[in-house]
Amino acid sequence: MSPQALIEARGLHKYYTIKTGMFEPNQSLQALSGASFDLYAGQTLAVVGESGCGKSTLARLLTMIEQPTAGQLSLDGIDLGSANQKEVAKKLRQTIQMVFQDPFGSLNPRQKVGDILQEPLIINTDLNASQRRDRVLELMRRVGLLDEHIHRYPHMFSGGQRQRIAIARALILKPKIVVLDEPVSALDVSIQAQVLNLLIELQQDLGLAYVFISHDLSVVRHIADQVLVMYLGKPVEQGMSEAVFSNPQHPYTQALLSATPQANTDRKRKRIRLTGELPSPLNPPTGCSFHPRCQNAVAQCKTTAPVMAQYEDVSVACLLVN
Amino acid sequence: MALLEITNLTVEFATAHGSLRAVDRVSLSLDAGDIVAIVGESGSGKSVAMLALMGLLPWTATITADRMSFDGKDLLTMNPKQRRAIIGKDISMIFQEPMTSLNPCFNVEYQISEVLAQHFGGKRRSYKPRVIELLKKVGIPAPETRLKAYPHQLSGGMSQRVMIAMMIACEPKLLIADEPTTALDVTIQAQILELLVELQKANGMALVLITHDMAVVAETADRVVVQYAGQQVEQRSVIELFNNPRHPYTEALLSALPEYAKEKTLNAIPGVVPGQLDRPVGCLFNPRCEYAQDLCRQQPPQKSEGVLCHYPLPLKAGSNSHTEVIL
Repeated sequence: MSPQALIEARGLHKYYTIKTGMFEPNQSLQALSGASFDLYAGQTLAVVGESGCGKSTLARLLTMIEQPTAGQLSLDGIDLGSANQKEVAKKLRQTIQMVFQDPFGSLNPRQKVGDILQEPLIINTDLNASQRRDRVLELMRRVGLLDEHIHRYPHMFSGGQRQRIAIARALILKPKIVVLDEPVSALDVSIQAQVLNLLIELQQDLGLAYVFISHDLSVVRHIADQVLVMYLGKPVEQGMSEAVFSNPQHPYTQALLSATPQANTDRKRKRIRLTGELPSPLNPPTGCSFHPRCQNAVAQCKTTAPVMAQYEDVSVACLLVN
Repeated sequence: MALLEITNLTVEFATAHGSLRAVDRVSLSLDAGDIVAIVGESGSGKSVAMLALMGLLPWTATITADRMSFDGKDLLTMNPKQRRAIIGKDISMIFQEPMTSLNPCFNVEYQISEVLAQHFGGKRRSYKPRVIELLKKVGIPAPETRLKAYPHQLSGGMSQRVMIAMMIACEPKLLIADEPTTALDVTIQAQILELLVELQKANGMALVLITHDMAVVAETADRVVVQYAGQQVEQRSVIELFNNPRHPYTEALLSALPEYAKEKTLNAIPGVVPGQLDRPVGCLFNPRCEYAQDLCRQQPPQKSEGVLCHYPLPLKAGSNSHTEVIL
């Protein structure tokens, strides 16, 4: 029997209603339509796409900040739509934690590191002060901070160290899943490598499952086991990292990969030119939402919306591939 | 004669903790049509050096240089009025955040035509056809309809295009792009970089690209300057630099990239860039350098063959040995 998936998502949808004016009908914005995946302990799922593709909405659903409009989500084997919501949700929130992009905005400048790290313990556990302190120190050492840092304020740290504090805060309740929202994109290259190494090490030691949201494909390729590529709220390609990167099927994935600059001086690589910008999600194109920018688009793409289907090693939503 | 010549440019800031040397003896020489990239981590002084050239630093900054000349004119002895005639016209700069560098109170046409009226005289309105032409040039679809748009109505990529249109309005000889694509998505980044190189080729401008992204450098620049803690540590042609880095910092920076990783653990550089108060003695990179020896901890190195290091890494056999020595 295969092990229990930590996250089981089936057709997650999230619509927001937008007020357009007093006498106008409300519009519905499809921030996320139809994301499905399984994530197991010790694995990393990378969610890739441009801004506005629904990456962060997915993170908000997974961390239970918001409820999905439709679809099923189970965390650690418990269906979130089931009864006894409040009790279950409180317990589940401890198993899923989040690390944010900007380590300068995500730490309270008025709290000392020790207080920042203790707060989840005060709220969620009945440990006493000295037990809490032990746990805080244990975790600080684990992420590479020194004991004396416990009495310092966030402004006394560099970006990389702050991100270590944010990681420690996410791990203090011993979660099983960590959602990482662009955890290294605000950091310098040399520090980025330090933080990525820490994340990889923690995953191996603690068996964490990561949902890694990023737009940097070279980082994703390095860290991810599975990749989910999204465009305008819809998944367009999904599969094991190696399969997606070595043999991308969807024209958007291909364009994204070819737009990513590579650190070698061979300039003969042919670039797929993506013209235009992301359309507004309030007024998405008919049919396949990628067709106005797609170089392979045919007449049918304007009318028929593709669905995710298995092709070779990956699932793709493209009429031409399927 | 070189278009831009900077020799031993030093910028010091007066701070509450004494003077901070943000840029330390930086030299750069550029010809028309060159694309030079300046790479470095935050705090390496790459933006400050260029802001000093533009004269955009606050009064707390002290700028000294042996030589700083543009197109045969000495920028050091120039009065502010003479400088104003060059800045924005012959030298222009694109900033990192297109959203914050455009004025939210004025529309696109006003902001672009203002540059033209400022430098060529005449009424702002008379430049309307030129503004449309410029917007077309930077790839804005249906430019006539965008003239009256305010910055908040434009996406990030569009705002950056408007910034570029504004900066190339006077057909500058030198364009400085300070992290022009950092705030943008990859597909838009590719478009903007392509546009910059296209414009550079068409107008024969010199382009200085300030960035922290080694991959962008590899794909765009001809020549690379690597800066660390305010100092230029290596200056080479892009192919040589990537195939055979000679400064340990350059090598470490390249091997920290995920795409160069051979195993799951990346080759991170230990430690952080030194700040104002914890500058090491000797070579500034020595506490993080895996090759550091006693000499490195005692004496600051001298530049040789374009590399600021006591023990430059050896030249690889077969690689191009006649390094262009510019430093």
